[in-house]
Amino acid sequence: MNETEKEPEPYGFATLAVHAGARPDPTTGARSTPIFQTNAYVFQDADHAAELFNLQTFGFIYSRLTNPTVSVLEERVCALENGRGAVACATGHAAQFLIAATLLDVGDEFIASNNLYGGSITQFGVSFKKLGWNCNFVDMTDPDKLRAAMNDKIKFIFCEILANPGGVVLDLAALAEIAKEWGVPLVVDNTLATPYLCRPFDWGADIVVHSATKYIGGHGNTMAGVVAESGRFDWYQSDKFPSMTQPDPAYHGLTFAETFGDFGFSMKMRAVALRDFGPTLSAQAAWNVLQGVETLPLRMERHCANAQAVAEFLSEHPKVAWVSYAGLPDSPYHELANKYLPKGAGAVFTFGVKGGFAAGETVVNTVDIFSHLANVGDTRSLIIHPASTTHRQLTPEQRDAAGAGEDVIRLSIGIETLEDIIADLDQALAQT
Amino acid sequence: MSIPLPLRYSDATLRGILSEIRVMAMVGASGDWKRPSFFAMKYLQRRGYRVIPINPGRAGTEILGETVYASLADVPVPIDMVDVFRSSEAALGVAEEAVALVEEKQIKVLWLQLGIRNDAAAEIAQAAGIQVIMDRCPKIEFARLSGELSWSGINTRIITSKVLKAPRA
Repeated sequence: MNETEKEPEPYGFATLAVHAGARPDPTTGARSTPIFQTNAYVFQDADHAAELFNLQTFGFIYSRLTNPTVSVLEERVCALENGRGAVACATGHAAQFLIAATLLDVGDEFIASNNLYGGSITQFGVSFKKLGWNCNFVDMTDPDKLRAAMNDKIKFIFCEILANPGGVVLDLAALAEIAKEWGVPLVVDNTLATPYLCRPFDWGADIVVHSATKYIGGHGNTMAGVVAESGRFDWYQSDKFPSMTQPDPAYHGLTFAETFGDFGFSMKMRAVALRDFGPTLSAQAAWNVLQGVETLPLRMERHCANAQAVAEFLSEHPKVAWVSYAGLPDSPYHELANKYLPKGAGAVFTFGVKGGFAAGETVVNTVDIFSHLANVGDTRSLIIHPASTTHRQLTPEQRDAAGAGEDVIRLSIGIETLEDIIADLDQALAQT
Repeated sequence: MSIPLPLRYSDATLRGILSEIRVMAMVGASGDWKRPSFFAMKYLQRRGYRVIPINPGRAGTEILGETVYASLADVPVPIDMVDVFRSSEAALGVAEEAVALVEEKQIKVLWLQLGIRNDAAAEIAQAAGIQVIMDRCPKIEFARLSGELSWSGINTRIITSKVLKAPRA
């Protein structure tokens, strides 16, 4: 009985991707997860209803909180991340909101990497501020800068392990060490790496967040978000987390960390933040994402192989100024990618065309296989100019810091035939 | 209270216990509906177990229809399992009490709740032939093994192509 012993993992990743959370329907024997298209669930009797409302028993009340189809997706992603509990919601942005709403009070602070998806920088820096939640952005490519920026009011640390859009990989173990020193959870956005490439809990992260809209769903057809917790964060180590360790007025004085132990954070997010703010995932959307996640390992393998080959092609192309892909040996993040993403450096990266903004526009306008749109993690190959789109709301300094400067083009490499992807970029570059 | 890292128990072990026991004594049972012990007692009663509350401060009163006893020795019926809602330190005393009553009450299992672990308590109980589970909640494990825990997005780690059955199905 060793203190550091982990729960056994009897099944491989691909088995979990197909099976976790989904067992045959006990009533019908249906093997594929049914779409439970219902708002509410009949109580057995008045006492059962009271037990459910008091969280004394497990069960379904109302689909704003839980739905059997959505539950399967939650357990699936949680299992893939090797976590303890998870909550799914409408979008990745909603998932981030649920975390902040659960951990922060008015006037509280958190600290985030400045290498983030532009939409997250705006959500944290502008919209959260209106709620009295203050975010300080730091360059976490140097963990010492994070250490220097920490203070007692900070309630969590947020980063993307594989950052959008710049091909930046962070030293997760070093960041987790700092989080531990300060007794705050490390929250990792694992959207671009996916648990197939990296499981942040294995490196000391406490909470993982996904825009499941991307690779988890993987087909560019459904929005979803998921938050998972490792179950290993000790909420009682300080008085920083009263929402977990003190009786909750939103639940008649229930104390979540005490009553639900290592999945108290998930229960709190669901029973309070999801209940009261309402960014619920629909059963149909959950089913779409479940269909996608079954093939996550197969898709990621192809995404990464294609991306590596495309990055190598671009890095040798005479019209390309630079390529920022951690899978290339000359990337400053290559070593970190080998450590944290040994199966591939993901499939979203940036490059610069010689000729700057105008040449970039030509490439975006003349590709024929690549779709010009604001998304990543689709089966299709995607292309965008972040400075004028996804990162438009940022200042030029923020854009540069986020790896989204004027000349930057972002690619999300799909699972099409590699030769066709390369030929498309080649013909577009020829027109610059 | 801190949450220790999990100990390993196989699903077969936990399912075996929860399938066989019928009567459990809950040491540290509370009549306050917000307390975890009340949650667990109510849930386990619903699943067909008889749960006898042990709480010296409330002896003679009733919780959820069951008479509260001051100690294990006062319980007038055989006890299959002792479920401990006390601190890790207090668990040793409960284990000693259980060991002393192992024949008289036919005690088979000593179960320490989620967050509670006492290796010395485990040792003396095991030496007396009592099976020991620590840092787990029978309510949560019942819910996990029956699939109910999945409804809250919890990772049950149960993969099966069969319809999942509750331990007391």
